[in-house]
Amino acid sequence: MNDVSNLPPSHEVESAAKAPAGIPDRGLAPAVNSVAKIRLDTISNLDQKVSIRNLNFYYGDQLALKNVSLPLCAKKVTAFIGPSGCGKSALLRVLNRMYDLYPKQRAEGEVLLDGVNILRPEQDLNLLRARVGMVFQKPTPFPMSIHDNIAFGLKLYEKLSRSELADRVEAALKRAALWDEVKEKLHASGLSLSGGQQQRLCIARTVALQPEVILLDEPCSALDPISTAKVEETIDELKENYTIAIVTHNMQQAARVSEHTAFMYLGELIEFGVTAQVFTSPEKKKTQNYITGRFG
Amino acid sequence: MSDHIVKAYDKELEILGRKIAEMGGIAEKMLSDAMDALVDFDTHLAQSTVDSDPRLDLLQRDIEEQAILTIARRQPMAVDLREIIATIRISGDLERIGDLAKNIAKRAIKLAGEMQIPRATIGLRSMHESAAILLKDVLDAYNERDSERARAVWTHDADLDALEDSVFRDLLTFMMEDPRNISFCTHLLFISKNIERIGDHATNIAETVVYLVTGETLPMDRPKGRTTLSEAPTTVI
Repeated sequence: MNDVSNLPPSHEVESAAKAPAGIPDRGLAPAVNSVAKIRLDTISNLDQKVSIRNLNFYYGDQLALKNVSLPLCAKKVTAFIGPSGCGKSALLRVLNRMYDLYPKQRAEGEVLLDGVNILRPEQDLNLLRARVGMVFQKPTPFPMSIHDNIAFGLKLYEKLSRSELADRVEAALKRAALWDEVKEKLHASGLSLSGGQQQRLCIARTVALQPEVILLDEPCSALDPISTAKVEETIDELKENYTIAIVTHNMQQAARVSEHTAFMYLGELIEFGVTAQVFTSPEKKKTQNYITGRFG
Repeated sequence: MSDHIVKAYDKELEILGRKIAEMGGIAEKMLSDAMDALVDFDTHLAQSTVDSDPRLDLLQRDIEEQAILTIARRQPMAVDLREIIATIRISGDLERIGDLAKNIAKRAIKLAGEMQIPRATIGLRSMHESAAILLKDVLDAYNERDSERARAVWTHDADLDALEDSVFRDLLTFMMEDPRNISFCTHLLFISKNIERIGDHATNIAETVVYLVTGETLPMDRPKGRTTLSEAPTTVI
């Protein structure tokens, strides 16, 4: 439908970005914040699972995201980096409308999931959150058995026989690289696991619902290096099937696990590009200063 | 460039840069001393040139160790990463330039007794002038992080290649005139090759400087000063 070569250069994206929702748009240019220069040839050919367009986000009167536009490409990991308070987590919370739980928070703009705007009021939030799963900074297992931690959500969404349920639980635990460590004690409490295991249990719980997009909000910040490596290994495996967005304060982690990196500062998207490039020769001075530890 | 939040990091990078500067100074001096020794038949100067090479080797090893430690300690990113990779590469090139200058000095010692035709070194002297300028320019380009200047070095190496060709033809003429010239002319041929290689290393450094400053790599093939490169040496053998 849209030939990439016909797309306007990024500084003309304002009007193009207001293309009607529902039209699948393969090109990158309309989805790019004009501040961020991107190597179009490398990203524009990819499928966009999520297109964030001209997104503004408010905590009450305070503007937390300023006109942010970028894509999350299908089956790729996109890392969000930036100092505390730059809006990374706010952005993630928009992607599954988590902010809806709080009355004074609101978002303007468009977030297209497979071309459909999820910010529209009639969006079914339960369905959205099943399609866009989230793992938080601190492990949040339910106070129930390992098995039930995963089965709980499954039973809400699907009618499954006992054996089907067992299969799905096993598959999810395997995906999260936790199965071998817990297969003997599925009925032990989820809280009895180590921090790293709890975090992978949360990933398994998210994966079990077979979402399309997984949001990871600093998933390793409370973990030791070995657990961190296991979570990263899990992310590597998950990206074969899922579109992943990860917020991390660990620059090396962003460089290791992601294909694309977005650097945010004070609510603005400063730079978005191919990870290998962002970490070796970023386009923007601010990005460079941040990733080399010269900020502040 | 503003400073790092961790000051020790700046210090480490600064020390690396300073060591490259020291290596550059030594390499430049070795080259000019070796050529002076050759032209003036000064075996003392030639010997002292040979003696200064170990210092260069030591510095290179220092830089490598320091760079590896910094990578392990700081996990450098972006310009810092390029900076450290650049020091490793440049120190390697400078160390090789030192070796080549040392080789010229050794030949100068041998030639001091048997140089038949002093004017045979005229072509080499202009090669040396040209190489010395390339080396100086590229070291300045590194110091000032000036990618344009580095790019100029990269293109000008072609001049040196052209000079080498003409030196080759001159020496061939001397050898054909009188077989007794063959021995020293062969040494001079090697010396011209050494200078040409020094130009190549200067070019490598220029490429590294462009990468360090811009993050971009220069194209694989750079401008050449001659078209018959592959034919020239085979006619000798």
